[in-house]
Amino acid sequence: MADDKDVLRDVWFGRIPACFTLSPDEITEREAEPYYLLLPRVSYLTLVTDKVKKHFLKVMKAEDVEEIWFEYEGSPLKWHFPTGMLFDLHASNTALPWNITVHFKNFPEHELLHCASNSVIEAHFMSCIKEADALKHKSQVINDMQKKDHKQLWMGLQNDKFDQFWAMNRKLMEYPTEEGGFRYIPFRIYQTMSERPFIQKLFRPVSPEGNQLTLGDLLKELFPAAICVEDEPKRYQVIIHGIEPLLETPIQWLSEHLSHPDNFLHISIIPAPSD
Amino acid sequence: MGGKPGGKETFGDINLRKGKERRELRIARAGCIMPSSLLRAVDVYGRVYSLSTAGQQWEHCHDAHLEFKRVSAVQQCCWGIACDHNIYLNVHASDVPIRYQEETYENQRWNPVDGFSDRLLPSDRWQWSDATGLNHQPLSGFQLPSENWEWEADWHQDENFGGEPTEKGGWTYAIDFPAMYTKDKKWNSCVRRCRWIRYRRYKSQDAWVKIPSEQTGALPDPFNDISCGGWEITEEPRGCLALWAVSLQGKVWFRSGIHHHNPEGSVWEEVAVPGEVVQVSCGPGDLVWAVLWEGHLLVREGIGRDCLKGTSWVTVESPNPGLGAVHVAVGVNVVWAITKDHKASLILYKQWVLSNLTICVSMLAFSSSSNVDLGHQCCLQKNVWAIGFEDRAVYFRQGVTASELSGKAWRVVSVSRDSDRSNSSASANSLQSAGCFFGGEVRLESQASVVSDIEPDTKRAVGKVLSASETEDNPKPRIPKVTSDSFISELVSDREGQIGRRDVSAPAAGLSIPEEESAEKEAEDRGSPAQVLSPSQSGGLDPQWSNVDLEEAQIQTSGTAGDTADTSSLSSVATYNLAQEELYGSDEHQKWAWISGGGCAVDSHMQLNWFNSSTSTALNCSMQAMSLSITPAQTAAWRKQIFEQLSERSKREMENFTHYEQAIEQSVWVKKGSMQWWRDWKPHKWVDVQFALEQFSGVDGSKDGILFIYYTFNDEKKYLHTFINEVTILVPVLNESKHTFAIYTAERTKQRWPIRLAATAELEMYDWLALLSVSCCDSRGIQGPPSKQAIWSITCKGDIFVSEPTKELEASLYPTPCDQMFWRQVGGHFRIIESNSLGVVWGIGYDHTAWVHTGGYGGGFFQGFASSTDNIYTQTDVKSVYIYENQRWNPVTGYTNRGLPTDRYMWSDASGLKECTKTNSKPPSPNWTWVSDWTIDYAVALGTDREGWQYAADFPASYHGSKTLKDFVRRRRWARKCKLTTTGPWQEVPPIPLSDITILPCGPKNTVEQVPLWGISNKGDVLCRLGVTSLTPAGSSWLHVGTDQPFKSISIGCVHQVWAIAKDGSAFYRGSVSVQDPAGDCWYHIPSPAGQKLKQVSVGRTSVYTVDENGNLWYRQGVTPSYPQGSSWEHISNNVRKVSVGPLDQVWVIADKVQGSHGLSCGTVCRRLGVMPTEPKGHSWDYGIGGGWDHITVRGNAVEAPRIKMPPLADNSSQEISGRGSLQTRNHPEINGNPVGC
Repeated sequence: MADDKDVLRDVWFGRIPACFTLSPDEITEREAEPYYLLLPRVSYLTLVTDKVKKHFLKVMKAEDVEEIWFEYEGSPLKWHFPTGMLFDLHASNTALPWNITVHFKNFPEHELLHCASNSVIEAHFMSCIKEADALKHKSQVINDMQKKDHKQLWMGLQNDKFDQFWAMNRKLMEYPTEEGGFRYIPFRIYQTMSERPFIQKLFRPVSPEGNQLTLGDLLKELFPAAICVEDEPKRYQVIIHGIEPLLETPIQWLSEHLSHPDNFLHISIIPAPSD
Repeated sequence: MGGKPGGKETFGDINLRKGKERRELRIARAGCIMPSSLLRAVDVYGRVYSLSTAGQQWEHCHDAHLEFKRVSAVQQCCWGIACDHNIYLNVHASDVPIRYQEETYENQRWNPVDGFSDRLLPSDRWQWSDATGLNHQPLSGFQLPSENWEWEADWHQDENFGGEPTEKGGWTYAIDFPAMYTKDKKWNSCVRRCRWIRYRRYKSQDAWVKIPSEQTGALPDPFNDISCGGWEITEEPRGCLALWAVSLQGKVWFRSGIHHHNPEGSVWEEVAVPGEVVQVSCGPGDLVWAVLWEGHLLVREGIGRDCLKGTSWVTVESPNPGLGAVHVAVGVNVVWAITKDHKASLILYKQWVLSNLTICVSMLAFSSSSNVDLGHQCCLQKNVWAIGFEDRAVYFRQGVTASELSGKAWRVVSVSRDSDRSNSSASANSLQSAGCFFGGEVRLESQASVVSDIEPDTKRAVGKVLSASETEDNPKPRIPKVTSDSFISELVSDREGQIGRRDVSAPAAGLSIPEEESAEKEAEDRGSPAQVLSPSQSGGLDPQWSNVDLEEAQIQTSGTAGDTADTSSLSSVATYNLAQEELYGSDEHQKWAWISGGGCAVDSHMQLNWFNSSTSTALNCSMQAMSLSITPAQTAAWRKQIFEQLSERSKREMENFTHYEQAIEQSVWVKKGSMQWWRDWKPHKWVDVQFALEQFSGVDGSKDGILFIYYTFNDEKKYLHTFINEVTILVPVLNESKHTFAIYTAERTKQRWPIRLAATAELEMYDWLALLSVSCCDSRGIQGPPSKQAIWSITCKGDIFVSEPTKELEASLYPTPCDQMFWRQVGGHFRIIESNSLGVVWGIGYDHTAWVHTGGYGGGFFQGFASSTDNIYTQTDVKSVYIYENQRWNPVTGYTNRGLPTDRYMWSDASGLKECTKTNSKPPSPNWTWVSDWTIDYAVALGTDREGWQYAADFPASYHGSKTLKDFVRRRRWARKCKLTTTGPWQEVPPIPLSDITILPCGPKNTVEQVPLWGISNKGDVLCRLGVTSLTPAGSSWLHVGTDQPFKSISIGCVHQVWAIAKDGSAFYRGSVSVQDPAGDCWYHIPSPAGQKLKQVSVGRTSVYTVDENGNLWYRQGVTPSYPQGSSWEHISNNVRKVSVGPLDQVWVIADKVQGSHGLSCGTVCRRLGVMPTEPKGHSWDYGIGGGWDHITVRGNAVEAPRIKMPPLADNSSQEISGRGSLQTRNHPEINGNPVGC
C-alpha cells in the first residue's frame, strides 16, 4: 500500500509542461522560437524561468527589455502564487502543454507585483511560511528555528531538494497529538470569477465536539456553492495540485500532505466543464 | 468518532458468542494487545479493583462475592485477606499452564525363571521408589496436593534417557542397584528400572482459592496483614516467592515453599518477633520490613537465595523519632514509611543488594508533604503509590528516578471505575488482562447491574468508614466489615437459581455466585474440553496437549450468556451519553482502603492515561492500537482517490513531456565532516581525516553519491573513495570509548576489512549513519518497508538488518554472491528474528520479550523520511553485563583476592585478559543504562556452589561447581542488568517470554490463511500461536503443547513438519501437524547424532538441518513424505552456530570463526552453494557479511530464480572441497576483521 509520504513526493515532483512564446507585441531582431520547459508545480514562475528569459533575450535588443512578466489567455499570471495553483485556476481543462505568453513590456502595475530578484521571492515565500505557522502553531515552530533552518527551507525550494526541504518542513507539520491537528488550517481559496484574490479565514481542523473536519466542512462554510446537491449536475471543480480530493477528506490530512511549500493549502475552484 | 469510545470493544463482545466470527474478533483484539501490568486496590467496601497501565479505568474483579481487607499482588498472582479472615490466592490465567511433573521409578531384577520381574531381593530397594531408591513411592501414593490441582493424563513410562530414546519401553539396565544405568541390556544386566511420569496441572486460575490454614498446627489468630514479594531473589525458572503475614495478635508468619510449580506454597511457619507487629512489607528483592505496634521498624536480615525467610530481625528507629511509623512499604533499595502524623518519608537503607528493574512500593496513608533524603543507588525506576488519608484517593508519585528517589509530586490517579461507565467500556484492556478473560460474561452483567446494586450498600458503608477513622487515632484504616457472612449467604441463597447467568433483569445477577460453584464451573468449562481432546495414552509417546484458550469452552459459555451479553452491550452502545456519564463519574468519588503495586510496572516511556480520563486519550489509545492491522483511515475512499488521482495527474502532465527541459538543474550536494579513520595499513591506528559525501541526483529524483576520505600520508594529501551504490552495509560499532561505524563494500566484505570511521560525538555518528543510509537506499532505489521476502539478520550487538533478495540470489547456476547483498538497518534490538513470505515477522529481545513487526521501517536513529511514522513504537530490552571475580587459594589465608603475579586480574572479563571491576565496567554503549546493581550469577554452565563460586585447578581451565582437593583457583560471575530504550517498527506481544520462534515458510505459490507459528517459552514450554494471518501477524493466543521436558529450539517446514530440540539436546518430530490440526498429536523422539547434543533446528521445504553444541551442521537423510522423520544424520560442516533453511530449501548459516582469535568468536553469514532439489546438501559455502553476526532468517525468501537449463554438475566430488571440514576463514587482524565483535 502506498505510504502517505509518497503523496509528499508526488506533490513535490509535480511538473507542468509549458510552452513559452514571446508576445507578438515585443520587438525582436529575428523570430523567436517557443521555449519548452517542465515547470515545478510547487515553485514560483519567476524563480524557474531564468532559462526562458535568457532564451528570448537572445533575439531582443537590450533597450526593448523591461521586467519580464507572463500572461495566459489575456490574464497576467501572478508570480507570487504557486505555479501549479495558477495552472489549476486558469488552464485546468485545456490541452497541454500550457501556452504562456512572455512579455517584456507594459508591466501591468495594478495586477502584478514586481519581482526584481530572487530575494523578493524569498521574502514572499518566507512571509507565507511565517503566516502559515502563525495559524498552525502561533508561530512557535518557525520562531524556534534558526536562521539557517529558514534558509534551508528556501534553498530546498529553490534548488528542488525534496529531502533538504522536508527535513526542516516536517517540524512545521507537527502538532500535539491530544489536539488532533493544527490550531488553524492555513488555506486559501481561489476562484476565477471573483475580484477578490482569494478567500482566507480562520478554520480549525477539529470541531468543538472533537470530530475531524473535512474538506466538505470547509467548503460548506466558505464556499457552499462548490458542494453539489444531489441530482444536480456538478457546478464547480475543487482542485488542489491538479486533483479533486473527495469532500470527506480530512482537512488536517490535506494540510499536512497537499500544502505547498509555503505551508498553505491552495484550493482552486473553477466552474465545471459544461460537457 | 467521538462520543463512543467503547463502541469498538463492545462490538467485539457481541461477536464473542458467534463461533464463526470469533476468530475475527480475537484478531481485531490482538491488534490492541499492548504490554501492560496491573495495579490492584481494595476500596472501602472490600471490593478488589485492578487498573491496567494501558487502561484508564478500574476494573472490578469478578469475584464480587468476596470482600477483601487487603491484597498483595505480584505479576503472576494476587494474595488477599478476605473479610472472613482467610487468606485467598488468585493465580492469573496464562496461556502456559502451571504443570508439575511427578516421577517415580519401577525397579526390576532378573532371575533365571521369570526373566526381569518385580521379584526383588530383600536387600533391594522398593519395587516403586524415587530415583535414589531410598523412598517407597508407589503410583497410588501420589495425591494431588490440593483440590486446585488436576491430573493431566495417566502415568506413563518415560522413553527418554539422557536425550536418547530407549526404544525399550523406557527401561534402563545396570548390574545392580545403585549403579550406572545404560539404555542397552548387557549380559551382566541384573537389574533394570523405568521412570514413570505423570503431570498435574494447577486448575484454579483467575479465581480466589482459599489457602487452608490448619496445617500450622496451632491455628493462628486471624491474619491482619499480608505482603508478597521476593521474586527478584531467585531467577526463573525456580520463581520463588516470599509471603509474609501478620496476625491480629502481632505474630508474623512466613509461607514457605511458594514457587512456580507450587503457587499455594506448603506451610505457614511462625517467625519469632521481638514485639507486636502491625504491618509487614516485603520488597521484590531481599528487603522485608515490619512495623511494630509502638512505631519502631524491624528489618529482616539474612534473606538470600537459599533462605527466603531470613534469619533475624534488626530494630530501626522510625524516620521521625518523635512520631512512630505506622506503615512501611519496601522496594528494592528504598523504603517508604508513614509516620503517625500521616507523612510519608523515604528511608534510605544502607544494606542494599540490588537486583531488579522496577520497584513497586505500596503505601497506605500519607499527607502531601514528604520528607526525604536523596539516594545514590542506581536503579531505573521505582513506582510509588499511596492512598490519601483524608480523601482516600490513590496517588502516584511522579518523577521518581534513579537520581531522585523521592520523586517530585503526588498525583491523584483519577480514573473511573468500570461500574461508573456502563458496560460499553468493557475495553480491550480488560480483556487482555488475563484475569478477566474467562469471566467476560460475568463481568458484563455485573457491570450492568452494579450501579443499582451498590447504592444502598454504599450509604451504609460510608457511615461506618467515617466513624471508624474518626474514633481511632490510627491512620491505618480499620476496614469495616461491610458485608457480614450472613449477608453473603443471604445473597447466595437468593441467587442460587441464577447460576446460569441468564437473568440480567435481576439487579445483582452475576455479582454473587458462590465461590465454590463459580470456581467449579469455570474449572469445568476449562477442563472438560481438554480432557475430551487429549487422546488416550499409547506407549511412551505422549500425545497430550491442551488448549488453554478453548474455543469450544468459549462458545459453550458464551452460548449460555449470549442473549444477555448481546442485549446489554447493544443497549449500552445505543444509549451511551458522554455528558451524563462524566457527570455521574465525577459525582461519585471512589474511596480506597488498600493498594498493591507489586504486579505493576510503570516505565518512564509509558503513557499513563490515569490522570485525566477524558475521551480524547481514549481515542488516541484506540487509534494507536489499530495500527497493527490496516487502519480504516488507510483504506478510506478519500485516500485511495488521492493516490489514484495523483498518479493519473503525473501521467497526464508528465508522461508525454519527459523530453522537456527541467526548470531547475540538479546540482551536486556535499556534506563534509572531520572524523577519525582506522588506517588501512600497518601500523593500524586512528588518524584524523576529512570525510565528505558528494551526492548528485538525476532528473527523476534518483540519487547517487561518492564517499571521500581525505587523509595525509607522508605530508602528502591523498584520498580514498567509495561509490555509494557499492556500499553494502553500514554497521554502527558503538563502544564505550569511540563512536565508530564500519562501511562495507562487496570487496571489503571479502577482505573482512571495512572502512572504520569514528565520529567525535555519538549524535554526529548517528547523523552520518542516517544520512549515509538514506543515500545508499536512494542510490539503490530502496525505500519504504522491507518486502515480505526480505532476509533479516541480527548482529551480536542486537542490531537488526534487512536485505531485499534479488531473483538471482538463489539461482542455482550463477547466484549473486552473498557478499554483494545490501543490508539496511531497522530500529530495534533483538536476539532472534524469524519471518515468512507472507510478511509475518517476529523478533525476540534479549529479555525474551516477543515483538511483532508492524510493517513499518526505520526507527532507532533513523529520522524523517528514512522512518515510517505511524507504526514506530518504543522498544526496550534488558541484558546482563558479566564480570568475573577470581581468587586463588593459599595455605595461610585460604581463598583470597591475592593472585600470583602471573595471574589474571582479580576482577576480569570471561577471558581474564581485561580488567573489569564493578566500578569501571560500563554498559555496552551509551544507549544502555544500568537498571540494577551487581549481583552474583548462579546460572552459570556447570553449576556453582552456594556462594556462586566455580573451582578449577588453575586459570584458565574448566570450572566446576564444587570444590575438590585439586582446586587452587575459583571464580564467580557477577551480573548487572542494563536496559536499552529505542524505537522501531515493533509491537510487543505480551505476556509470555519466549526463547525461540518459528513461522511456517510459504512456498512461492502456496498461501495459507492461518499462518502456523510456534514458539518456545523461556521455561521451555512449546506453544502454538493461534490467529496469525498476514493482516494480523500478532495472532491472538497461545495453545500450549505438552512435552515431557523443556525444549529450546523449534522449526516448522513448508508442509507443517514440526521439529524441535529439547533442552537435553534430543530431537523431536511432531506427528500429524496439519492445517486442520495445527498442534499435531504426539512427539516422536529422534535419536541425535552419536554423542552430540543438538542445539538448533531449521526445516525448509523438505530439508531438515540441525546444529549441535559443538558447532556441527547435520542434514537429515531419508526424509520422505511418507516417512517424515527421516533415517539418519549426515554431517555437513563444522564451525556452524546457527542455520536457517528457507522455503526453497536454501541453507544459510552463521559460521563461527576458527578458534584462535581471542575472545568470543562471532559469526559470518554464509550461504550453501549448489543446493538443488536433487542435491539438497549443496556442495560449498559462499561467504557474506560478518563477523559479528548472530542470527539470520531466509525463511521469507521464496523468490525462485528464473529457470535456466542446467548442465549436470561436472564433478560431484566437489561437494567435499570445503563442504566438510572447517569453514574457510581468512587471517586478518582481528580488530578490524570483526569490528562488531564483542
